[in-house]
Amino acid sequence: MQVKDIIRILDARILCGGERLDYTIELAFASDLMSDVLTLSNDNVLLITGLANMQTIRTAEMSDINCIIFARNKKASAEMIELARESDIILMECRYSLYKTCGLLYAEGVKPIF
Amino acid sequence: MGEKIADQYSVTGGDFSRAGYASSQIKKSLKKLGVDMAIIKRTVVATYEGEVNIVAHAWSGKIVFAVDDEKIRIVLEDEGPGIEDIEQAMEEGFSTATSEIREMGFGAGMGLPNMKKNADHLHVESEVGKGTRVEITMHLN
Ligand SMILES: Nc1ncnc2c1ncn2[C@@H]1O[C@H](COP(=O)(O)OP(=O)(O)OP(=O)(O)O)[C@@H](O)[C@H]1O
Ligand SMILES: [Mg+2]
Repeated sequence: MQVKDIIRILDARILCGGERLDYTIELAFASDLMSDVLTLSNDNVLLITGLANMQTIRTAEMSDINCIIFARNKKASAEMIELARESDIILMECRYSLYKTCGLLYAEGVKPIF
Repeated sequence: MGEKIADQYSVTGGDFSRAGYASSQIKKSLKKLGVDMAIIKRTVVATYEGEVNIVAHAWSGKIVFAVDDEKIRIVLEDEGPGIEDIEQAMEEGFSTATSEIREMGFGAGMGLPNMKKNADHLHVESEVGKGTRVEITMHLN
């Protein structure tokens, strides 16, 4: 699934990485716990999370996660957007709950890691 | 490769907004050296877990990063409360993290086991009331 499809399905707003709307992801993982995200060994995973702080971006940077969507209307700070841009991470936000965000993407074929 | 690097970063306990800065710089250095991406990921995930542990559990610390032809070596040394029972701390799920740390997205007791999983070699030593020293070794060949 491409970033532009995610935006359409979730009525999401793109915060950075808008020049890569055709970037494709196949797998997603949802968690507010960065401890868990850091244990993943897959690459090219979409991170769906309700945790919006600097460590969310750092965790993605270390885990080679290139795409994050903040659910339940969590807002990314200017500092977070700046760090994501530096690390070539695409950031989006949407107003749906974590459950609904996952459900909509799962129904459209985004696969779980396990 | 042939090139050798030795860098040092300081880490401040409690400063979550900056946690990960050292790991990020180390990632950039390893990329520049052309190290295999899979090795970079394992190295920086382990380093970042250690850096967050200093921020979450200790008062202050430093991270020393060195690369030669054969290996990457990262030493995370802190001044802090130390770890009473290292074997117990290495168990998945063991954590003394406060609710403040949990709100930051950490404190599941997964860090040390994850460092062990990602590092080729992990050595932890600690003295209660003084501090902790963690050494990560990654083989390049
Ligand atoms: N540098 C350190 N100084 C003092 N205590 C530490 C240090 N690193 C780890 N510990 C102790 O070991 C425990 C387990 O560490 P570990 O990294 O596995 O989990 P955590 O930091 O609690 O949670 P997580 O890493 O999942 O966010 C910690 O809760 C803490 O009690
Ligand atoms: Mg930890």
